[in-house]
Amino acid sequence: MTEFFDEMTAPDGTLRAPYREIGRWFGEEDVARLRAKQREAEEVFRLSGITFNVYGKAEAEERLIPFDIIPRIISHREWQKLSRGIEQRVQAINAFLYDIYHRQEIIRAGRVPAEMIARNEAFLPQMLGVAPPGDIYTHIVGIDLVRTGPDEFYVLEDNARTPSGVSYMLENRETMLKMFPELFSATKVQAVSDYPRNLHRSLAASAPAMTEGDPTVAVLTPGIYNSAYYEHSFLADQMGVELVEGHDLRVTGGRVCMRTTQGYKPIDVLYRRVDDEFLDPLNFNPDSALGVPGIFDVYRAGGITIANAPGTGIADDKAIYSYLPDIVEFYSGEKAILQNVPTWRCADPDSLAYVLDNLTELVVKEVHGSGGYGMLIGPAASKREIAAFRAKLKARPGNYIAQPTLALSTVPIFTRSGLAPRHVDLRPFVLVSPEGVKITPGGLSRVALKKGSLVVNSSQGGGTKDTWVLED
Amino acid sequence: MLGKTAGGLFWMARYLERAENTTRLLETGQRMALTRANDSDEEWGSVLQTAGALQGYTARHGEVTKDHAIDWLLRDPANGSSVRASIKQARDNARLVRTALTYEVWSAVNSAWMRIDAALAHKVGERDLPAVLELVREHSTLVRGATINSMLRNDIYDFLRLGNFIERADNMGRILDVKYYVLLPTAFSVGSSLDNVQWEVILRSVGAGGGYRMTHGQRTTPRQIAEFLILDERMPRSLSFCCRSIVENLGYLTKDYGQEPPSAGLATALYERFQGQSIDAIFERGLHEYIEEFLSDLGQLGRQIEVDYRFYE
Repeated sequence: MTEFFDEMTAPDGTLRAPYREIGRWFGEEDVARLRAKQREAEEVFRLSGITFNVYGKAEAEERLIPFDIIPRIISHREWQKLSRGIEQRVQAINAFLYDIYHRQEIIRAGRVPAEMIARNEAFLPQMLGVAPPGDIYTHIVGIDLVRTGPDEFYVLEDNARTPSGVSYMLENRETMLKMFPELFSATKVQAVSDYPRNLHRSLAASAPAMTEGDPTVAVLTPGIYNSAYYEHSFLADQMGVELVEGHDLRVTGGRVCMRTTQGYKPIDVLYRRVDDEFLDPLNFNPDSALGVPGIFDVYRAGGITIANAPGTGIADDKAIYSYLPDIVEFYSGEKAILQNVPTWRCADPDSLAYVLDNLTELVVKEVHGSGGYGMLIGPAASKREIAAFRAKLKARPGNYIAQPTLALSTVPIFTRSGLAPRHVDLRPFVLVSPEGVKITPGGLSRVALKKGSLVVNSSQGGGTKDTWVLED
Repeated sequence: MLGKTAGGLFWMARYLERAENTTRLLETGQRMALTRANDSDEEWGSVLQTAGALQGYTARHGEVTKDHAIDWLLRDPANGSSVRASIKQARDNARLVRTALTYEVWSAVNSAWMRIDAALAHKVGERDLPAVLELVREHSTLVRGATINSMLRNDIYDFLRLGNFIERADNMGRILDVKYYVLLPTAFSVGSSLDNVQWEVILRSVGAGGGYRMTHGQRTTPRQIAEFLILDERMPRSLSFCCRSIVENLGYLTKDYGQEPPSAGLATALYERFQGQSIDAIFERGLHEYIEEFLSDLGQLGRQIEVDYRFYE
């Protein structure tokens, strides 16, 4: 059996430094009171409508993401190192995107093969030669990290298109502050609450050069049945900007305008939570009812900033992921501070052979998959599941990558029988604008609620925790 | 503000008002049924008609029975204006305009939906009906209180009020019309003695029994009741009161936006017809015709507001 690194308790039973205060607090707490608090938290979430919609049901069903009341704690020192690595990585991703849509130096240098780009569905030829304000493509990034030891963090995935979950980070903290104020007077935790203000500032700073006065920012949502609608409305509300849908918008006079009670009003920066292909039926998917006909033409002419930029997906594709250490080195001239998980690209015959021989040990993912769908976790899969996956893998090897099953760290969750360790990951949220990179201390910790499970996705029954980064 | 948001606010308020009015009608229906000697279900036909639900009901169930009528108005999925559907629509609209609402209003609407939807998930037996109706009324009051206490008095508030009073005036108009029409199919002569019980039913169905007694004492004459419900501006459900509120809120919008839309003119014209009007003149002209015309103009006003403030593309 693999030994897992527990973030709270050392193998000798003592508490690791960041958790000492919370450990003492928990020891003195009445378990019944905590249980009542846990229920209270759920009631608050339900009432606030902090829900997500589940797809694939006849009637979209709203569900709560389970919330665990025990915070996940990261020390000041640990966070400093992480944030340096995150900043380096995010800047490299933006440099890579600029390069890919311009001179493609990295391909000429032979560091990334040309077919990884040209044959990639996420690559948007329409973006070639387009330079967004400040050369920033991904303004809002979520970097998924996992931990395997005291000093070992790995990047599991980059979310450069439309990372979600930041509203949970904020609501989780809000809930904890309300329920356990005493914890925050005993321990100094770095605040996360200025995220919406920073987001607004960062978006406004990315406005097109032609903008006069204060830029008008809006959030574009697919609508109230989208699984992340709550987050869209939350962010628009917190930023004090309009939440628009495609049918509220129209292109007139070379601008993208929203229909207000007093006529059409131009938008300078659109934080879109709609995928590339649905953005503009004239330029992309003609069947899209979610987008705005002609918005891409306005964008190319510098009449609006779209965040994140169209075509950003080429950087967070799982096949490109495996090149990220090279990409970081290529653009920053330094070694990547954050490690990648070793990855076999199944498109490569030798790698495919290795993966097929070792399926019971590996995690296999679809290159374009997300949300924990369509993946195989070898050690947890049945013989039949492995056989079925083997066939899929042979049929379309280029569609898959494989990674070793990581010994994900555990953190305690509050269960009926007290604290119990569960596997966890971390998604810090990063903002990029011409003014610089801003990382909110902490992020969203997603935790598997089932004992032994390594899947933390909310769509697969995972929960979330408040994440603390301690003050020095 | 987005045109869509204005529309969402308008309809959120309309659906909430509708749910409350339907609840009141159900209460009246049950009350009538309980205080009557014979046990036919004819009152429920009139309740359905007042709610504007008779046609849909008949197409579905044919004969009017108490159980079916109650279920139809409360929760039948085939009835888009049932209490359950109205609350759901109100909440969907609130979600759509979440960024325009305070947390207090949003959570009041959301919890109204959560509780009422759960209470109406199954058929409601006669014994549980009063408690369910009380639940709807309670939540509707909470939403109203949260709105008055926490919302800024700006365009957002104006659109909520417009939806509220247009729906209320429409409901009140239909109650008057149906009652007049159903109860007095033959020519109405001023001052004739009428079935007081039926007129009192009207008062009760708009929650105005107490207010009426406070104003007019125990003497109930159809003339006075009609005057109270149409012309009395102290009565917050009277047609005149509703129209004055509509004029007021369109006035605030006009001031706010610096432009007078066509709907403001329509609203003023609608309101002015109550000025200096006597109830006798209305009866002389024909209450039914009077109300019918009012309802038609009110409908036009509603549609003009949608156009003026760009609710839809």
